[in-house]
Amino acid sequence: MMPEPPLSRDPAPVARTPGGALAPDLPPAGPHLRQVPDSFHGDLLEVSMGPHHPSTHGVFRMVVTLDGETIVKLKPVFGYLHRNHEKLGENTTYLASMPYTDRLDYLNSMTNNWAYALAVEKLAGLTVPERAEYLRIILAELSRLLNHTCLAGFLLHDCGTSGTPLMYAFRERERILDLFESLSGSRMMCNFQRFGGCRTDASPEWLEAARRLVDGYGRFLDEFEALITGNEIVMARLQGSGILRPDLATSAGVTGPMLRASGVNYDLRRVDGYGLYPRCDFRIPLGNHGDTYDRYMIRVLEMRESIKILRQALRDIPAGPVLDPKTKLRGFRPKPGEAYGRIEGPKGEIGFYLVSDGSPNPYRYRVRPPSFINLTILEDLCLGHTVADAVIILGSVDIVLGEVDR
Amino acid sequence: METPEQIRDRLLARFPDATVTVVANPGPAAQHSLLVDPARAVEIATFLRDDPALRLDFCSNVTGLDWPEREVVETIRKTVPLSPATGAADASPASPAVESATPIVEEKVKRLQPGYLEVVYHLYSMALKHGPVILRLRTGNRTDQVSLPSLTPVWRSCEFQEREVFDLFGVAFRGHPDLRRILMWDEFRDHPMRKDYAEPDDYEWEPTPHETVLAKARAHYSSPAPDAPAAQSP
Repeated sequence: MMPEPPLSRDPAPVARTPGGALAPDLPPAGPHLRQVPDSFHGDLLEVSMGPHHPSTHGVFRMVVTLDGETIVKLKPVFGYLHRNHEKLGENTTYLASMPYTDRLDYLNSMTNNWAYALAVEKLAGLTVPERAEYLRIILAELSRLLNHTCLAGFLLHDCGTSGTPLMYAFRERERILDLFESLSGSRMMCNFQRFGGCRTDASPEWLEAARRLVDGYGRFLDEFEALITGNEIVMARLQGSGILRPDLATSAGVTGPMLRASGVNYDLRRVDGYGLYPRCDFRIPLGNHGDTYDRYMIRVLEMRESIKILRQALRDIPAGPVLDPKTKLRGFRPKPGEAYGRIEGPKGEIGFYLVSDGSPNPYRYRVRPPSFINLTILEDLCLGHTVADAVIILGSVDIVLGEVDR
Repeated sequence: METPEQIRDRLLARFPDATVTVVANPGPAAQHSLLVDPARAVEIATFLRDDPALRLDFCSNVTGLDWPEREVVETIRKTVPLSPATGAADASPASPAVESATPIVEEKVKRLQPGYLEVVYHLYSMALKHGPVILRLRTGNRTDQVSLPSLTPVWRSCEFQEREVFDLFGVAFRGHPDLRRILMWDEFRDHPMRKDYAEPDDYEWEPTPHETVLAKARAHYSSPAPDAPAAQSP
């Protein structure tokens, strides 16, 4: 005896063909089949993804409203890692905020340090010795290699590759972190830049080790790309998802590789020409479609350009001091005024806005966090896609919650 | 790119009833800014975005500033006019001896400068690759006139950043599509980035050698804390 079929709420159920099209001319389902309701369209489902979800790269929550499996609304929720970094910056001296900037985007402490040092140098009118400028370029580009390698690994991990590309990426990341550790004493919290230069000098052995790493990095990228870039599954999964139009990207203040994947030629290394980047010969890769695949590809191409910059910087780095010995680090009191300094971080424009009232602490210490602002368009990218696509779109935005929440 | 003064002049020509002033930055960065009338801010922002010579299509950074009410002591030097009896007829202005004879009185005047909140926008152009042009909007005071027009309709990048300014500084943006707290939780009451923000008294005892923390503990516990040494409780 068959169990009684559950009653449908619909008084006159309509059978469905396997393709899902309504077929009112078919006979109604027999007693052994569960009757399918006419439509799920009336029921929206609100799902809270996160804050503890493996795909959100930290404590980040997306309140997703679903129609079937299609996203009709997505609201990002932040603040789980909020510690009011800016207030802490107001309550400490200028120098004491430097190690704290490491904790913003904890993958790229070198570029965070540089952005902060640049803002303070603008505020106080300091100059930087040439060797320190070269050292900064070397460390920033190594940081960019590290960040983009991790991003590619994490993005593929989000696609469901079960860790293999991520482990490849982390193997290379560890080599760069070894360099950072031998120079600054810490793998990730480097605290290396100072106002008007760098904290310590790089030995010739260190520069030689960096040269060896840079020489080998192209081979790693070739291997990584042979595995991933032309992979049919990756292409099917990433191409055409999360398309970002250039006009929206500009208006929403999206910066960094995400912006250039949409085809907007705006790279602060070229536009502002801070540091000694005008001396470097490199190209700015641009995307055509602005989809997730372009955002992946831009990062791979940027890594190749970073290798070019690193080769030039490691070749041209002059001898000399890395910090003017007369620079006053302790008891540092810039004159009243304000300055906004920004650099092209691996995730986008990282800037610091400082207001000084002549005291040892900044009156206002503001971080312009690139991944926070890049999240503005997350809902626009995800609408109409499935939840699984939202995961890879978020992965391609490249966020670090230490910076989003501050 | 045009200087802030040139931009101000063009804005005043375009919007004669608006007030636009240049706020000078005395520091070496010399990034001067434009203080804009909140009543016409959206139109001015739209003009800056669409003007073919400026095309400031990228609003990079939006942030708040808190300027509490403060007492300013100003030294005013006053020249007391000479009485006709001493005779100003023989006083030649070029002679230093006569100038020093003119009595100059220094007077210290205390003035209460009212507080306000300020929102700063850093604008750049991605199309023409220049910038920054810095816009400032000021509220009437820090308590009840804290409303400013939202520039999110002009630049989408203001959306989250204005929410952050609302959350941490308490500036209410008129016309913002989704003005909620963003970093603090919804039930939170105060605005932590204000200069007069007082931390809530939610201290929990833990052994510590720091005097400031111990002072907090003494203020917090009316009776001795469970594990606190008796000497450190009031």
